[in-house]
Amino acid sequence: MAPVAPPSPQQVLAEAVGGLPGVASVAIEHGEVVARAHRDALPELMTALRDREDCAFEQVMDICGVDWPQRAERFDVVYNLLSVTLNQRIRVIVTTDEQAPVPSVHTIWPVATWWEREAWDLYGIVFSGQPDLRRILTDYGFEGHPLRKDFPLTGYVEVRYDPERGQVVYEPVKLTQDFRNFDFLSPWEAMTTLPGDEKVPPRKQGGAP
Amino acid sequence: MSLSTTTDEPAEGGKRTVEIDSHAINFGPQHPAAHGVLRLILEMDGEVVERADPHIGLLHRGTEKLIEYKSYIQAMPYFDRLDYVSPMSQEHAFALATEKLLGIEAPERAKWIRTLFSEITRILNHLLNLTTYALDVGAITPSLWGFEEREKLMEFYEAASGARLHANYFRTGGVAKDLPAGLEERIGEWLEGFPKFVDDLESLLTGNRIWKQRTVDIGVMAPEDALAWGFSGPCLRASGVPWDLRRSQPYEMYDQLDFMVPVGRNGDCYDRYLVRVAEMRESARIMRQCLDRMKPGPVKVADNKITPPSRAEMKRSMEALIHHFKLFTEGFHVPAGATYTAVESPKGEFGVYLVADGTNRPYRCKIRPTGFAHLQATEFLSKRHMLADAVAIIGSLDIVFGEIDR
Repeated sequence: MAPVAPPSPQQVLAEAVGGLPGVASVAIEHGEVVARAHRDALPELMTALRDREDCAFEQVMDICGVDWPQRAERFDVVYNLLSVTLNQRIRVIVTTDEQAPVPSVHTIWPVATWWEREAWDLYGIVFSGQPDLRRILTDYGFEGHPLRKDFPLTGYVEVRYDPERGQVVYEPVKLTQDFRNFDFLSPWEAMTTLPGDEKVPPRKQGGAP
Repeated sequence: MSLSTTTDEPAEGGKRTVEIDSHAINFGPQHPAAHGVLRLILEMDGEVVERADPHIGLLHRGTEKLIEYKSYIQAMPYFDRLDYVSPMSQEHAFALATEKLLGIEAPERAKWIRTLFSEITRILNHLLNLTTYALDVGAITPSLWGFEEREKLMEFYEAASGARLHANYFRTGGVAKDLPAGLEERIGEWLEGFPKFVDDLESLLTGNRIWKQRTVDIGVMAPEDALAWGFSGPCLRASGVPWDLRRSQPYEMYDQLDFMVPVGRNGDCYDRYLVRVAEMRESARIMRQCLDRMKPGPVKVADNKITPPSRAEMKRSMEALIHHFKLFTEGFHVPAGATYTAVESPKGEFGVYLVADGTNRPYRCKIRPTGFAHLQATEFLSKRHMLADAVAIIGSLDIVFGEIDR
């Protein structure tokens, strides 16, 4: 009988996390455990992840947003947790949109406050129960959420010192040259179906086998 | 802002006259001890800090947004400009993240070079931090001495990459080019004298009465608090948590190297200093081992879809020329996927959460700055401390605004 390989620590963790409240799915991607969860159950899930002995995630290393504008719930909120005692990492992902608040985890890890402020600032993700949801990285009085995909790279306002008025003034962005966003994708790789080849089965087009 | 209220009722029975004399002061963003552009709003009770509210973002350059509009090759130099005191460590995180998504591994010599330069970077960073920290507390000599050593190390940077600070040396799939002839010997010679330098530096500070009065028992962080506040690196180890990514989640050649992880006990400013000093000694040991075990060989993966062909080859081979052109215009495509890859940067855990969508540009590149979490704990650490201690605490946390503000 062939010996069965013992499960890797990641598989053991994925097994344990799969049964926790609010977890929709657990997968191992590139050797990293990724759990997708429902945002309403987030406080219970995160408390369990921190306090259970087989999880013991004492640290939240990072909380960030990812914008997928074509989706109905456009934002992913990604929590990267680290367990120092078990030497494990896990990524918990919940989704939300511009309005629906995500429960704050700052009572579980105090460091979450600034990460949540950052996600609010850059994406406009609302965290309920977070008493200090101020902007953090952008300018005082900034409008908009700059890391959203529909926010232009150049922004809307520019700042300069006006010697006549003796102060710094905000003005709409004036570009002396149009913003150049090149399409570097070569047609051979970007177009998986070449014109005229629509009816040829994909495996004969030389694309993915 | 000054706030002063006095109840006018005469003190009778249970009534007491309460006098609140708190005032807020603006520390920075131009203050030399603020380590860059930190604006700290301190609410003071006399000379005692009641609340500290750090305002950050004054150096925000939108790095993450810019990276979304650049190819993977063009994104790399942004990492030098985050924490400009330890550039290569951050390139390292991004290079490892991209390599993970591409499913490639750098050749052995490249890994040794990266390990070597990661440790050079660690010494560079700690030299700057410790000496300017001492400067904040009033000692000027360490910075004069330390900057001389830093200059020598930056010459190694320059010899390898052509730039003293913004190296752009670690690339996806290896390093930009091999070390020039003689550099390994020069680094070896420098390593001979470095332990003596650390001894000299320590003779200025470690036993110094003023230094100890200013740092011992200041800004104490208990291990459980340090974990909850997201500490990592020397700050976490100073609190007594033996955690080092080089040891616990080894990358590159760290699993083959013999080094110790210094751990503190008290979690105060003095321990954070001691841990960094001990780390510099260990880094020197690691560098020596790297130099001894490095063998000649390729320094980047052979796949010209990811790394550029050699200059000589381009003169003769049409294909190499096309590869070169394609690589520096279109770049390479990274298959869709996501990874959180972290390295033990000199300051602590520096992570990159990279989301690729199969094109030549990152869909999302979240940079996990180390100092962000540390700075947030300033209020926790400096509460009920004197104003001058707040300066020592900020110095001991090793804060650089390039990475915090991104």
